[in-house]
Amino acid sequence: MNRQALGYIVFLLFLAAVPLMGIYPIFAMKIMCYALFACAFNLLLGFTGLLSFGHAAFLGSAAYASGHAMKLWGFSPELGIAYGVLVAGALGLAMGALAIRRSGIYFAMITLALSQMVYFFFLQAKFTGGEDGLQGVPRGTLFGLIDLKSDLNLYYVVMGIFVLAYFIIWRTVHSPFGQVLKAIRENEPRAISLGYDVDRFKLLAFVLSAMLAGLAGSTKMLIFVSATLSDATWQMSGLVILMTLIGGLGTLVGPVIGAFIVVLLENKVGDFGAALTKWTGVEWFQRLGESVTIVIGLIFVICVLAFRRGLVGELSAWWDKRQST
Amino acid sequence: MIMIFGIPLQAFLGQLLLGLVNGSFYAILSLGLAVIFGLLNVINFAHGALYMLGAFLAWMGLSYFGINYWLMLLLAPIIVGLFGILIEKFLLKHLYKLDHLYGLLLTFGITLLIEGLFRSFYGVSGQPYTTPEALRGATNLGFMMLPNYRAWVVVASVVVCLITWFIIERTRLGALLRAGTENPRLVEAFGVNVPLMITLTYGFGVALAGFAGVLAAPILQVSPLMGSNLIIVVFAVVVIGGMGSILGAIVTGLGLGIIEGLTKVFWPEASSTVVFIIMAIVLLIRPAGLFGKEK
Repeated sequence: MNRQALGYIVFLLFLAAVPLMGIYPIFAMKIMCYALFACAFNLLLGFTGLLSFGHAAFLGSAAYASGHAMKLWGFSPELGIAYGVLVAGALGLAMGALAIRRSGIYFAMITLALSQMVYFFFLQAKFTGGEDGLQGVPRGTLFGLIDLKSDLNLYYVVMGIFVLAYFIIWRTVHSPFGQVLKAIRENEPRAISLGYDVDRFKLLAFVLSAMLAGLAGSTKMLIFVSATLSDATWQMSGLVILMTLIGGLGTLVGPVIGAFIVVLLENKVGDFGAALTKWTGVEWFQRLGESVTIVIGLIFVICVLAFRRGLVGELSAWWDKRQST
Repeated sequence: MIMIFGIPLQAFLGQLLLGLVNGSFYAILSLGLAVIFGLLNVINFAHGALYMLGAFLAWMGLSYFGINYWLMLLLAPIIVGLFGILIEKFLLKHLYKLDHLYGLLLTFGITLLIEGLFRSFYGVSGQPYTTPEALRGATNLGFMMLPNYRAWVVVASVVVCLITWFIIERTRLGALLRAGTENPRLVEAFGVNVPLMITLTYGFGVALAGFAGVLAAPILQVSPLMGSNLIIVVFAVVVIGGMGSILGAIVTGLGLGIIEGLTKVFWPEASSTVVFIIMAIVLLIRPAGLFGKEK
């Protein structure tokens, strides 16, 4: 336990020192955003056993809501974010209430279909700017004190949001509520027979996860000062599944590492392909590098077939094995 | 000119037919999904990508080798089916003992792979495919002009769906298949090669998707993204119909296509979302789906 606390402290110090190490702050913030998104998703899949294939809807709707409120209604950043989170939560309540009426594979299909409906709504609605998205949202000043136009200020605010949200998730998982969620994941009929109102717990977990995903969406909007349609696509819903899967389902740290890997991959896969082409002389690698979709699909297949515990899961399994011998 | 609810009859019937065409695709695809799910317990996300593959095979056959539409209508489903058999043999097979969700995730990854490959070669813009000569033009029915090709799509789809229904519900092979869905171990004990049956079922299911793809090629633009946009609607169709019955899947698919077509006439903005809205309503009233059985 102490070792774990030490690990978190080292990680916090590292996060705080990132801008000083010459790492591009926008890049680091993007990773934290996706990490938060993946952690929120993992709360549902990893700890409650519900595969939502529509989490992009919450990311996208919160981004649009916050952007709209800040750009047109002149909301301050803190109010804008709160509004985005509430919108995502309300949407989560509606989607969750419908989706939990079926379980397993149907749950995944229903969330996917509903999020596609949200996507079409954003595509057609006037306020979203259609294919162009919502551009040039002013970042404003947080609580009237901190000017967020500076990337450095924003970095520490985003870090604060990330740490706070991570703590909320950690607290949730380790609370009696979290124990019930895990019981539902392991054996739903048994949880029912113990007298738990399983649907209520599922819905609560769904809404909580939606709100946290919304928090990630609003924060992302603040970083890139824009909300775009790509945040609400099914590809984004797939990407967050991959992040969680690579990192490790049902582990707290896993999604963070998974998000880091996926963002790095998205940014660097072109360079990697070019390097391979140069090295091997096979022109096809260049093409592979230009298509992130192929690489992501490939990793998906490999992860599902051979690597289901994810990085953190495999590591801890290896560690346990070593300890026991 | 005859008007119906303030819409010219011709436009109304045109949209109705277009709805039926879309409905035919929903029916074939949801039928394939249901057949695969019955035996494999896998929701085949790659169904949309394989439908796209069927359309692309038709296009490639014509533009690279000069193979005509009718031959490709036969060849493309076979090639897609064989490809499906490879997927099942080498990838899906390893997941049967695990949670069903992994099957969905694996086929999702395969979808991204196939789509990404086609996108890197053909871009996102669509390739035009000319309608076969015999089906060009339209027939004058007196009250409307019936485009021959669209009528053909509806007829061909319904026939294929009914043949599938007949095989599954009325033949010995179908009886084995249904028994395998109920209790694969018992069927195996009777000396039936169940793993082979599973492989062939998957191949057959995705061949249906390939067939729908060839049918779609002359109507829709052949593009790498044509499948994934469709498959999500088909998922909603499957949720609405429930996967319990074959005829249910056909009826639900066609019915939703018609409703979508009518929505295009009366409220165009809602036409892309109407199926999802119906899904939400069905979930509220009858969660197991219209033809599904409560488990």
